[in-house]
Amino acid sequence: MTTAIEVTGISKQFVLRHTRSLKEAFIWLIKGRKGDLSEKFHALRDVDLVVEQGETVALLGFNGSGKSTLLKHISGVMIPDSGTVRTRGKVAGLIEVGAGFHHDLSGRDNVYLNGAILGMTEEQINERFQSIIDFAEIGQFIDTEVKFYSSGMYLRLAFSVAVHTNPEVFLVDEILAVGDEPFQQKCIAKIQELAAEGRTLVVVSHDLDLVSRICSRGVVLDHGHVTFDGSIHDAVAKLRGA
Amino acid sequence: MYRQRFLLKLLVRKELKVRYRGSVLGIIWSYVKPGVQFIVFYVALGVFLGLEQSSTNKSGLPNYAIYLFSGIILINFFTEALGNASRSIVGNGGLIKKIYLPRQLFPVASVWVSAVHFFPQLLILVVACLFSDWHPSFLQLLAAVAGFIIIALLATGLGLLFGAANVYFRDSENFVDMLLMIATWASPVMYSWTMVQHKLGEAWYSIYQVNPITIAVETFHYAFWLPTTDGSAGIPPHLLSLWIPVGLLVSAAVLVWGQLTFRRLEGRFAQEL
Ligand SMILES: Nc1ncnc2c1ncn2[C@@H]1O[C@H](COP(=O)(O)OP(=O)(O)OP(=O)(O)O)[C@@H](O)[C@H]1O
Ligand SMILES: [Mg+2]
Repeated sequence: MTTAIEVTGISKQFVLRHTRSLKEAFIWLIKGRKGDLSEKFHALRDVDLVVEQGETVALLGFNGSGKSTLLKHISGVMIPDSGTVRTRGKVAGLIEVGAGFHHDLSGRDNVYLNGAILGMTEEQINERFQSIIDFAEIGQFIDTEVKFYSSGMYLRLAFSVAVHTNPEVFLVDEILAVGDEPFQQKCIAKIQELAAEGRTLVVVSHDLDLVSRICSRGVVLDHGHVTFDGSIHDAVAKLRGA
Repeated sequence: MYRQRFLLKLLVRKELKVRYRGSVLGIIWSYVKPGVQFIVFYVALGVFLGLEQSSTNKSGLPNYAIYLFSGIILINFFTEALGNASRSIVGNGGLIKKIYLPRQLFPVASVWVSAVHFFPQLLILVVACLFSDWHPSFLQLLAAVAGFIIIALLATGLGLLFGAANVYFRDSENFVDMLLMIATWASPVMYSWTMVQHKLGEAWYSIYQVNPITIAVETFHYAFWLPTTDGSAGIPPHLLSLWIPVGLLVSAAVLVWGQLTFRRLEGRFAQEL
């Protein structure tokens, strides 16, 4: 088996209070750089995570435990203070629904823009365009500006574009919350299909029943530490018990 | 590289679409605005203020409106490109902190959008020149191309620099605004380079000349304004042999500097935005 994601001993510190003005920074400089310009805390501390190709992993934990931060490190958006992150193949991150969508553009334009942002070429988008709108069931609304979409339609299109990027590693952060029941079923089926094809999946969700259906492994984060790593059922049990 | 070209194209198109959404005239606005601007200059400055050379005002510049406009459009391009590029990273923060993509595309796209807006202005200028009996040589047109490249490189370089700096210190936005105001006056857009030479003397004049914007504006005068006059006004000495290469070199150096700084700073964009 090949390793898809290898996170070794990463730590990340964030500042609690930002200094945004030159004045404060200047005073700090002429005072001889005394003290820290800003307070810091660890959002991730010594996190190790190895995910094999084809695994389906759920990242669980309470609000602010560092799940999204960890996903951002895997996708390359953030760079750790120490430790290394290595990934194999193309990584597609759905860190948030339709992050690359622009409200004033039509659904069609957004499919192209978002597809390109997620790393698709022009030919790939042309080729998969029909399949994207079929999956999203947007139909005649494809040339409407997305600001007039219902939030569910918006989500469908965003999700549809993302799954059509054909990534080897798929990162999903809290996106299955919207969407009606049939569409949720469809998304889950699609995710299971991707997993069956041997794609790697890392899902963040607070919907414990949902993740137990699509993931086989659970990793629990607490204040930036990995406190549990094992089967999804044990992970869910631990979280519920705690 | 190909992927980046495609994404760049889409980003530029998005910017243009969003800019003109819901307007009836759409992109035609970018012709109307400079056209009206030129007419205002011609009437207010040339006719009312009498900056135009005439029998009563021997020291004026012939075809002052064209002199002014050829410099103004270049400054317009620079102002819009740098202003938007400096704001582009913060403006696209929502995307940058969620999805990994080549971030330098945003400032670069801003410069491209401004270039798209520059061409209608150039067209208005050419029409005005044709009405004034314009007959440029090939060399003069080539000089104008060099001038445009100087500005484009400079705007991209400074745009990367201030776009990245703006993430950490929002002050840089205001700093850029101030810089742009100075840029208009620190180059011979409204006045003639000979005035600077007379007032400052040779040494300071050379320093004034190193400014790539000055050089670029002069190439535009050389290409668009000079061939509409009797040619007696002349261009700064060594414009072609010395100053254009200097301008290209300075701009290229600024671009490299901007790129290096951008690379050094971009690692922490996602958390600072
Ligand atoms: N750019 C940033 N600057 C400063 N602090 C940050 C930044 N990003 C995240 N944090 C902090 O890091 C901690 C972890 O945040 P993160 O978004 O990873 O939590 P999460 O586990 O995804 O929570 P949720 O379940 O609410 O989505 C939080 O305390 C948050 O305030
Ligand atoms: Mg989160």
